[in-house]
Amino acid sequence: MTIFDDNVVKDGVDQDTVEAVREAGTYKHGWNTEIEMEFSPKGLTADIVRLISDKNGEPEWMTEWRLAAYDRWLKLEEPKWAMVDYPEIDFSDQYYYARPKSMEEKPKSLDDVDPKLLETYEKLGIPLREQMVLAGVEGAGEEGRKVAVDAVFDSVSVGTTFKEELMKAGVIFCPISEAINKYPELVKKYLGTVVPVSDNFYATLNSAVFSDGSFVYVPPGVRCPMELSTYFRINAENTGQFERTLIVADKNSYVSYLEGCTAPQRDSSQLHAAVVEIVALEDAEVKYSTVQNWYPGDENGKGGIYNFVTKRADCRGDRSRVMWTQVETGSAVTWKYPSCILRGNESHGEFYSIAITNNLQQADTGTKMVHLGHNTRSRIVSKGISAGRAQNTYRGLVSMHPKARESRNYTQCDSLLIGDKCGAHTVPYIEVRNNSSRVEHEATTSKVDDEKLFYCRQRGMDEEEAVALVVNGFCREVLQALPMEFAMEAQQLVAISLEGSVG
Amino acid sequence: MAQAQACNQSKILNLEALEPPGGGEWATRARNSALERLQQMGLPGRRDEYWKYTRPDTLIQTKPPKAALHKSDSSMFDGIEKIRMVFVDGIYDSDASDSLDGEGITIERLSKVTEKDSHWAKNVYGVLEGGSHAPVKRPLAALNTAMATDGAVICVTGRPSKPVHMIYVHKSVTSDAILNHVIRLEEGSSLTFLETGPAAARFNKTIEVDVGDNAEFHHIRIQGRDHERRAATHTFARLGENSSFKSFSLTVNGILTRNECVVELTGSNGVAHVAGACVGDGDFHHDDTVFITHDAENCESRQVFKKVLRGGAKGVFQGKILVREGAQKTDGYQISQSLLLSDDCEFNAKPELEIYADDVACSHGSTSGAIDEDSLFYLRARGVPLEIATDLLTLAFLAEAVDEVEDERLKGEINALLTDWLERRRA
Repeated sequence: MTIFDDNVVKDGVDQDTVEAVREAGTYKHGWNTEIEMEFSPKGLTADIVRLISDKNGEPEWMTEWRLAAYDRWLKLEEPKWAMVDYPEIDFSDQYYYARPKSMEEKPKSLDDVDPKLLETYEKLGIPLREQMVLAGVEGAGEEGRKVAVDAVFDSVSVGTTFKEELMKAGVIFCPISEAINKYPELVKKYLGTVVPVSDNFYATLNSAVFSDGSFVYVPPGVRCPMELSTYFRINAENTGQFERTLIVADKNSYVSYLEGCTAPQRDSSQLHAAVVEIVALEDAEVKYSTVQNWYPGDENGKGGIYNFVTKRADCRGDRSRVMWTQVETGSAVTWKYPSCILRGNESHGEFYSIAITNNLQQADTGTKMVHLGHNTRSRIVSKGISAGRAQNTYRGLVSMHPKARESRNYTQCDSLLIGDKCGAHTVPYIEVRNNSSRVEHEATTSKVDDEKLFYCRQRGMDEEEAVALVVNGFCREVLQALPMEFAMEAQQLVAISLEGSVG
Repeated sequence: MAQAQACNQSKILNLEALEPPGGGEWATRARNSALERLQQMGLPGRRDEYWKYTRPDTLIQTKPPKAALHKSDSSMFDGIEKIRMVFVDGIYDSDASDSLDGEGITIERLSKVTEKDSHWAKNVYGVLEGGSHAPVKRPLAALNTAMATDGAVICVTGRPSKPVHMIYVHKSVTSDAILNHVIRLEEGSSLTFLETGPAAARFNKTIEVDVGDNAEFHHIRIQGRDHERRAATHTFARLGENSSFKSFSLTVNGILTRNECVVELTGSNGVAHVAGACVGDGDFHHDDTVFITHDAENCESRQVFKKVLRGGAKGVFQGKILVREGAQKTDGYQISQSLLLSDDCEFNAKPELEIYADDVACSHGSTSGAIDEDSLFYLRARGVPLEIATDLLTLAFLAEAVDEVEDERLKGEINALLTDWLERRRA
C-alpha cells in the first residue's frame, strides 16, 4: 500500500476511492471505545470465580459448578501439541471480568443502553435496532432479512434483539447469564454435556470464568423464523474474553446461527477462550457460521488475540444434522477444532473452513468427526491460505467406531502458499474400526497458479486483485456454504486479509 | 495392581545398565554417543504421540516373547544371481554365505569393521541415525547403534551386476537379534539390496545408506510368514544430487512389525520412492512410519502403501513429507490405502504434510473401506467363485505398490509369491 504513503495516485482517481482502498488495507475494527469500565481484580482465584458468579446473580449450583471447574483447571497443564508458538501466557496478569459501568443496572430495553455502546455496534455495522437489516446487501430482496442479534461487549451482553418475536415462535434466545436464572432446568440439563468441564485446559478455564454468551433453545418442530447471531467485541485492555454458547435444537427443529467478532488494535496480546456447545436431537438441524476477525496483531506480530476455542456439536438424535462453517482471518494465534460427535444413527456432520494467515499469524485449526452411530455421514472441506511469515495448520480427526457401520467420510483439505517465508501444514488422523464404512481423504498443497494470475493480469487486473480473485475461487466451496450476508463479508475479508502479501 | 506394575517395570530394558560392546576407537565413540542419546530420550512409551497406534511394550522388554519357528522360504529370488549373506538369529554365518568379493563393491562384516581404529563407516554409522531424532525421537534406532555387533558394511564404487541378498534365518524361539547395515554408494554407483527371512523372535534392524551424487539404491524386502516374530526396523537414507532411493517392502503376517523409513533429500533432483504392501490376518499388526525431508530443490518423493487386513488385523500408516524453506519445485506424493476384508479390522493413518516453501506440489490421499461390491459382482457374474474373486481384487489393490518395483524379474517373483500366499490361505 506504499502508493498511498507516497501519494502516487493516478490522475482521475477520486479521493473517495483512495480512502476506501486505504481503509480496506488495514484492520478496520481496530478502534477503541472510550467508556468507563468496571473490572474484577487482576488474576484468577476462587474468589474471582465467586465474584463473576455473583456479578451474574447466579444460583448456588452454578457457582459450585464453576468452582469445581476452577479446582480442576489448577491441576491441568496448557496443551503444547499444536503447531503454534507464543510467549507464555501469564494467567495472573489478566482481568477475567470487565463490564461497562453503565451496565451495572441491567437495561430494561435497548433504549436504556448507554448510547456509547450502541454507537460502537453501529460503527461495527451490527444492527441493534430491530430493523430490517443489511438493506445494503445486494440480493437481500426487497423485504430484507431479519437477524436477531445478541451483542456481547467484553464480559457482558449489551442487548438482544427480536426477543419477543422469537418468543412467539417458542424460540429462546438470550444471554446465557439470563438463561441460568430464567431457564435453570434447560441449562442444567445440557450445559457441559457436550464439552465436559474437564475437557481440556482452555475449556476448563472457560467453565470456571465464563461471563456471558448466548443461549438458544429451539422447541420441537420449530423452524427458527430468523437467523440468530452473536457479535463479540473485546474492548478493554488486558482483559480475557470467555464466552460460552449453548445451542439446543430439540426434535425436528432448525436454527441457523452466526457469530462475528472483533477487537481493538493493541500492542499487548489478549486471551479469548470460548466454549460453544451444540445439542441436536432427533431430526434437528443446526447451522453454525463464524467469521472470526479478531485483531491479528501488526505486521511484526505485536499484539493480537490468542484465540483458544473449544466448539463441539453432539448429534444426539437420529437423523440430526450439524454444519460448521468458519472463516478464520483474524487472531494472532488460533487453536480451534469445531467437532461433531455423530452419535445418532444416520446423523450428519459437515465442516467447511477457510483459514487465512498473513504476517506473523499462526493458525492450528481443523475438526473432529467421531462416527458412533450407524449410517452416519461427514464431510470436511478445509482451505488454508498462508502468506507473509505465517504458519497455517490443518489438524483433524476422522474416527469410525466399530458400531458406526455403513458410514462415510469425505475429507478434502487444500493449502495455498503465497510467498516463500510462510508454512502450510496438514496433520490428519484417520482411525477406522469397521469395514463397511468408507473413509476418503485428500489433501494438496500448492502455490497460486501462475497461469491463472497471468490470465487475470492480462485482462488488466493488478497483482493483488488477481491474487484475491484466484484465492476467492480457491475458497468458493466454503464461501458458498455461508449464509448470504456472511458470504459477502467473508469474500471481502479474504481479499483484505491478504493485502500486502504479494510483491 | 501396584505389584503387577512393578513386575512389568522390571521387565523393561534398563538403559542405565546397558554396556555397549567393545571395539576400535571410532566404533566405541559412535556407540557411546548413541547410548547417551538413548538415555537422554528414554524408551518409547504408550503415551508417545509417535507410538499412538502401536504398542512398543514387547520391543522394549529385556527379553522378547517366544516366537515359534517357521519354515522359511529360503528359495526366494533363487532364479537371480546374487551375493548371499546369511545371518542366523542375528549372527553372520560365513559357511552358508557366498564369497563377498564382487566387482565395484566391497563387503565387510560389521564385527570386523568395528574392531578397526578407523574406517570410512564412521561417517555413516550412527550419523544418519543420530540426525534423525528431531522433531521425533527414534530411541530403538539409537539402541541399535549402541548395541549392534553384526551386520554388513558395504561400499559401492561401481555398478555391480549382482544384487546383495541378506537372508535372515530364525533358529531359536527366544532369539533377540540386532543387526546394523552400513552402506555407502559412491558417485555414479548403483546397488540392489535384497532382504528376506524371519531373522529372530525379536529383530531390531537398522540400515544406514549414504547415496552419493548420481547414485542409485534399490531396496527390496520381504518380511515373511513367520507370524510370531516381532520386528522394529529403521532405514535411514541421505541422498545427494541426482541420486535415487527406491525401497519396497512386502509383509505377510507378523504379530508386530514397525518399519520406519527416514529419507533426507539433500541434493537437487533427488528421487525417493518408498512403497509397501502388506497382507495380514488375525493378531497381525503392521506399522509403516515414513518421514521424508526435502532439503533441496527439484526433488521428487513418493510414498505408496497398501494394506489388506482380515480377521482383526491392524494396520498403521504414519507418513510425513517435510519441505524445508528453499526446497522449491518439490513434488511430493503420498497415498495410503487399506482394504478391510472383515469387520473387526482396524486401520489408522496419519498422513502429514509440513511445508515451508511455496513453489511446491504436494498431495496426499488416504482411503479405507471394504472390497468393492460392484467389482465383486462383476467377477462373480462371470463365474469366478467368491474367494478367487476376492483374491483377484486383492492382488489388483496391491498392484499399485508392487509396481513400484522396477526390476521386472523381481516384480515377477513378488507377484508369484503373493499369489502363492493367497492360494495357500484359501486352502
